[in-house]
Amino acid sequence: MGQINELLSKYDVLGAFWVTIKLTLLSALFALILGTVVAVMRVCPISVLRRTGAAYVTVLRNTPLTLIIVFCNLGLFVTLGLKLADAQSHTFIADNNFRLAVLGLSVYHASFVAEAIRSGINTVPTGQAEAARSIGLGFMQTLRFVVLPQAFRGAIAPLGNTFIALTKNTTVAVAIGVPEVSYLMRGMIEFNSSLLFFIFLLLSFGFVVLTLPVGVAFTGLSRRLAVRR
Amino acid sequence: MSTSSVLFDAPGPRARRRHRIVAVVAALVLAAILAWVIVTFAHKGQLSPGKWTPFLTGEIWTAYLLPGIGGTLVAAAISIVLALVLGFILGTGRLSEHVVVRAVAGVFTEFFRAVPVLMMMLFAFALYARYDVVPGSMLALAGVITGLMFYNGAVIAELLRSGVKSLPVGQSEAGLSIGLRPAQVLRTVLVPQAVTAMLPSLVSQLVVVLKDTALGYVITYEELLKKVDQIGNYKGNLIPAFLVVAAIYVLINYAVSELAGRLERYMRRTRRASVGAESALLAAGGTAGIGGQLADADSDRTSDAGPDGR
Repeated sequence: MGQINELLSKYDVLGAFWVTIKLTLLSALFALILGTVVAVMRVCPISVLRRTGAAYVTVLRNTPLTLIIVFCNLGLFVTLGLKLADAQSHTFIADNNFRLAVLGLSVYHASFVAEAIRSGINTVPTGQAEAARSIGLGFMQTLRFVVLPQAFRGAIAPLGNTFIALTKNTTVAVAIGVPEVSYLMRGMIEFNSSLLFFIFLLLSFGFVVLTLPVGVAFTGLSRRLAVRR
Repeated sequence: MSTSSVLFDAPGPRARRRHRIVAVVAALVLAAILAWVIVTFAHKGQLSPGKWTPFLTGEIWTAYLLPGIGGTLVAAAISIVLALVLGFILGTGRLSEHVVVRAVAGVFTEFFRAVPVLMMMLFAFALYARYDVVPGSMLALAGVITGLMFYNGAVIAELLRSGVKSLPVGQSEAGLSIGLRPAQVLRTVLVPQAVTAMLPSLVSQLVVVLKDTALGYVITYEELLKKVDQIGNYKGNLIPAFLVVAAIYVLINYAVSELAGRLERYMRRTRRASVGAESALLAAGGTAGIGGQLADADSDRTSDAGPDGR
């Protein structure tokens, strides 16, 4: 027991989970915006945009997230000199790595968001879009007022799955030293390998606590918001 | 792609002109982004031939890239086989008629699905190192495989369960009425049908496994992504190495997902007569919506084979 108390006083478990939550929420926001744009591009009348959207999804979905995140640090920052934080500030490295991780997570998950929204568009009956066109709405108006509001409601379940996957995928940020849960875990294990099982079960339990309610909430939402047909 | 969409009218002369203008603007914006990338690369000296020519030599392939691809494929292959075994154990466990077995399998499945793969890898790696379970040289590989096996096993268990649940009740009723025990019904009647229905999803899961082997980078497994570091250190061409390796990943994974898509279309064609086996997996994209026009040509075919009176 004493060992465990000492371990918990030495490592900031809640702080690490807070970093994970921040990574998740920020990346989810950006991924949702970017993913919606890509989804709209994929269904629009302009073939250049349609192909760009399709290429984005194909490339990003088939690239490992670890590669993207490591590239954000070693490629974009170290080699190409991209800075996402104030270089003078004394927390520069930490801030910059955090934001690079958000960037990587966002562009990767945007492709999954785009596919989720496209599957949401699939659930909207053809008659809805036909009715919208017949009263004279253009493409953007049809999407904005008729199709997308219903598509989002139909896409809640796959969006929820993507959100849960994103929560778990934030652990990849350890590859560029963002102090989230798996970073904490690596440090804890290194010096306290006798408590290996306790550390793993504690942190896993944290993830179960994070993801289970979200899953339940999204399932409930998708049922409540589903458009009755 | 040029077939008509329900989201917009067939363009008239004015709309065609407008579309052309937007298309040109969009193409210009894309070209500008591309040009900016190229200029930045050139500015940082990433376009100098010295950084790219190594990839044309045999040495970098035999010494780095091919062993890297080998490492990735070996880890993925072993993991998917073990995940299949675990998935069948957990999946049939969740369908068992014994409450205890069902509960245990359920808790394990949910747990492995909720815990990040990377954390399982870190745990397995440390565990094997502490108790000397595997020789030191195999440590990283064993860690990667363990993490992937448990997560994907749980996913496959869920696939199997939803596949079985989507079969018509008549299948198990028929089995029971000829005197098979519930376990026999599951093994000889339900699971074989569920497996055929879930085959495309299984192949897609292979893409997930292939991508997740890159997590081995964190626990120093010698896979393709690790080789980027090594090539970068050796030749000083990190960015080209990243791009080449990313292209290799995309090619492999794209080929596998194409295979999954073909398999799904093929099975939809051949199994249409036996409607029962059309699982919920296939019906997912099957409602007659706008997607009929957007997705591939035969997605409208699903609409008649989709919800099968379950």
